[in-house]
Amino acid sequence: MINAIAVILSCQLAGEVAARGLGLPVPGPVLGFVLLLILLMLRPALAEAIGGTARGILAHLSLLFVPAGVGVVGNLDLLSRNWFPIAVVLVVSTVIAMIASVLTFLAVNRLSGGGHD
Amino acid sequence: MTDVARIWSYLSTEPLLWLTCTIVVYVGAEAVALRLGRRALANPVLFSVLIIAPILWLSGTPYETYFEGAQFIHFLLGPATVALAVPLHANLRTVARTAGPILAALVVGSVVAALSAVWLAKAFGLSDQVIVSLSPKSTTAPVALGISEALGGLPTLTAVLVILTGIIGAITVTPLMNAMGITDWRARGFAVGVAAHGIGTARAFQVNELAGTFAGIGMALNAILTSLIAPLIVALVL
Repeated sequence: MINAIAVILSCQLAGEVAARGLGLPVPGPVLGFVLLLILLMLRPALAEAIGGTARGILAHLSLLFVPAGVGVVGNLDLLSRNWFPIAVVLVVSTVIAMIASVLTFLAVNRLSGGGHD
Repeated sequence: MTDVARIWSYLSTEPLLWLTCTIVVYVGAEAVALRLGRRALANPVLFSVLIIAPILWLSGTPYETYFEGAQFIHFLLGPATVALAVPLHANLRTVARTAGPILAALVVGSVVAALSAVWLAKAFGLSDQVIVSLSPKSTTAPVALGISEALGGLPTLTAVLVILTGIIGAITVTPLMNAMGITDWRARGFAVGVAAHGIGTARAFQVNELAGTFAGIGMALNAILTSLIAPLIVALVL
């Protein structure tokens, strides 16, 4: 597990350094994700070494959003004053984004002759 | 000072209490969600926030104090983003075959998510600062905070809007996709990843591993794309 943590954190660190050093608009962890993917493609054996830990973190992905979500307490004033428009904006834009995205995916998949999963 | 007061004054200044509280409440919320058969509404993030927020309010604990403990969990968002490379690598062949649909659905989903939010918020007459804070709402939390800050929004408000978006996406995706009759797990997962980032991805992984993998890709790609287009969309609407 400790090896897996070392690999994952190193990728994140390299990603942060690259993002800041090169002034890229892409966030460090996303670059770290790309970097780890490249490492996995170069050395498929690595997948076995870090797979368990990576899946362990991802299995509880929801937990990681709780601290930011609790930040609602610091914004209650603003949110309660504007709760209706904010609720409408969030629900409508999230639902139509999903509809637009899923229909585009299926349409392009059909056009490019891709099969079903 | 009584013993209770002394123990409290120790606990309230150490990260242990709120770190433990966050994990214990989440474990309980997970157990309840599981008991409810992972029904869409039984979202563990929502349950956890609904329990922890009143605890902080009742105990008079400022969010900053809570976050000193909870930051250790918050920090893991970064490593979790990196770890998404593992399921992606495991499904690389499927993903490579789907590059066209992925890119098209990414661009459409990402633009619709940000543009519709900003435009609707403007139509409702919300303040410019709230509009800016809304613009990266479909992006994963650490990235969204950076975008919001760079554009002059309120990062703490953005964090909450991002979480709410994720919860809304996670709750609506299954009934919505079923109602639309969509059976392709790749498309279902990808759409929720683009629109509802990590919370949507967590939901997708609960339903189907392939859907989760595609959701993870959608989330990662959308983090990149939104950092590029959010400034343009905000400039266009405001």
